[in-house]
Amino acid sequence: MSDLAAPVAPPAPASSALQATLRAFNTNKASWIGLAIFLIVVAAAIFAPLIAPHDPLDQDVLDRLKPPSAEHLLGTDYYGRDTFSRLLYGARISLVIGVVSTLIAMAAGTLIGMLAGWRGGRFDTITMQIMDMLLAFPSLILGLIIVAMLGPSIENIIAAIALTSVPPFARIARAPTIAVKGRDFVEACRSLGFSDTRILAVHILPNIFPEILVMGSLWLANAIRTEASLAFIGLGLKPPTPTWGGMIREGFENILDSAWLAIAPGVAILVVVFALNLLGDGLRDAVDPKLKNEA
Amino acid sequence: MTAFLVRRIGFAFVTLFAVLTLVFVIVRIVPGDPAQVILGDQASREAIEAMHERLGLNKPIVTQYAEFLGNAVKGDWGVSMVSGRPVMAEVLNVLPWTIELTVVSLIIGVVLGVPLGVWAAVKRNRFFDYVARIASLLGLSFPAFVSAIILLFLFAIEVHWFPVISARSGSLGAWAQSITLPAINLGLISAAYITRVTRSAMLEVLSEDYVRTARAKGVPSGSVVWRHALRNALIPIITVVGLYLSILIGNSVLTEIVFSRPGLGKLIVGALNQRDYTMLQGMMVIYTLAVVVVNLLVDIAYGFVDPRVKLG
Repeated sequence: MSDLAAPVAPPAPASSALQATLRAFNTNKASWIGLAIFLIVVAAAIFAPLIAPHDPLDQDVLDRLKPPSAEHLLGTDYYGRDTFSRLLYGARISLVIGVVSTLIAMAAGTLIGMLAGWRGGRFDTITMQIMDMLLAFPSLILGLIIVAMLGPSIENIIAAIALTSVPPFARIARAPTIAVKGRDFVEACRSLGFSDTRILAVHILPNIFPEILVMGSLWLANAIRTEASLAFIGLGLKPPTPTWGGMIREGFENILDSAWLAIAPGVAILVVVFALNLLGDGLRDAVDPKLKNEA
Repeated sequence: MTAFLVRRIGFAFVTLFAVLTLVFVIVRIVPGDPAQVILGDQASREAIEAMHERLGLNKPIVTQYAEFLGNAVKGDWGVSMVSGRPVMAEVLNVLPWTIELTVVSLIIGVVLGVPLGVWAAVKRNRFFDYVARIASLLGLSFPAFVSAIILLFLFAIEVHWFPVISARSGSLGAWAQSITLPAINLGLISAAYITRVTRSAMLEVLSEDYVRTARAKGVPSGSVVWRHALRNALIPIITVVGLYLSILIGNSVLTEIVFSRPGLGKLIVGALNQRDYTMLQGMMVIYTLAVVVVNLLVDIAYGFVDPRVKLG
């Protein structure tokens, strides 16, 4: 599959590659909708303290399990906490864990893929086989075991999600590196005495950057979903910190009479993941129509 | 084909060996002494040492590793630290539930996804294609436990068509009732993935020269699409379905929890909560085996679908 993803694009200057991408992106309405929704969620998370009508940790035993009302837009949970406020604060956790783990995976995966493609030979074979194994292993199970073993701190959750997201970035960075490696301009750089690091960073990285960005948006969606899944299983940040997955977990216990407690955060996750997938899908078509092959 | 298979089986063994090693390392670098965990904080020094001996933790690490590998190969994965029953027996006990669920939902996914994907590709950029693309993107955006909760809420709580706890067996009716919602949940998500990959694989193939040739020589349109094109689109479809199976395994864990259905998912979550290390080791092995077997099946499927693979 990785060969399909190999763009044989000439090493055009990064600016024109980006411009072409932006032009193509411009024409795709769905990805604009995705971007808009995602930015709204980001804004809601950043300004949560200003928007939230209540303190997300404030308990009110007299107001337990209240259905949605003007006072509590999405009702209250078992401890009488305002669901809407908790949802806003929960967005922060989801976004921070998602963004940081995806950035780490992007950086590590790109580095691994570029090095494997650049050095070739046995190093390439072994590295990519490890990546393939990691890709084949159910990422939720791996994440679950790592977090369960190391404990559900924010660092461990980020590390577990980042680890499971490295392979796709390594794959996508490797193929174009190999394609570019044999070209004359790389030979020219070498004869000018440029170091490998400089050639990789200045002349190869900009060419593969748009694709890495596309993968980034799609895997950010995945990371947010994985974090929520871990929290739902009970491997999220400890209560009372509001996380979307944790809210669903708590709400699920009262599903028979207060279904909105589980469904509201569920819809929130769905909206963010869907928005990111719309965005990533549009970006992908914009960057390289050939990439449509990889579902 | 034989050489190809031998190489793939070799790779499968390497994978299995690597994961077993990883499991061994992970379980041992974890902070906290398993013996202490089992016996609790009040345990005496002697009791802990006795437990070390029982678990084989007092032996040199290399010996432990060799024994671990040897036992894993023999199918002896030790006894559960919590229930005291053999891990293998516990796993085999619930395995049919999980296999049944994943197979039924994969069938739903293929039966829905392949025709929808083909149809969307044929109607490219028309209304149906647009709806299929948005619907499949929405479907694969669903965290499996969110869709499961929504299904449970709609069809087991609001309308009492299905049981809230899907653990019944016995008669065919009870079986069908208990598997329907979980299988629909996983099946619809699978269908979303399969629709997408089928559509893009078909789009690629439909623009090939031989498709135009087939059309030009008067092959009926349906036959062009379903015989000439779909056969050649199968390779990327099988690849993605193979990769998707690892997602499906993760999703089945979440689905089993929501529907209170017995299976590997409930077993692993129970083991996690109770820090049942031997059980976790065993579960890692079974999941790795599942992945390795699935990858082998995918490779064999390539050979059947595309004779050229045999040469590769």
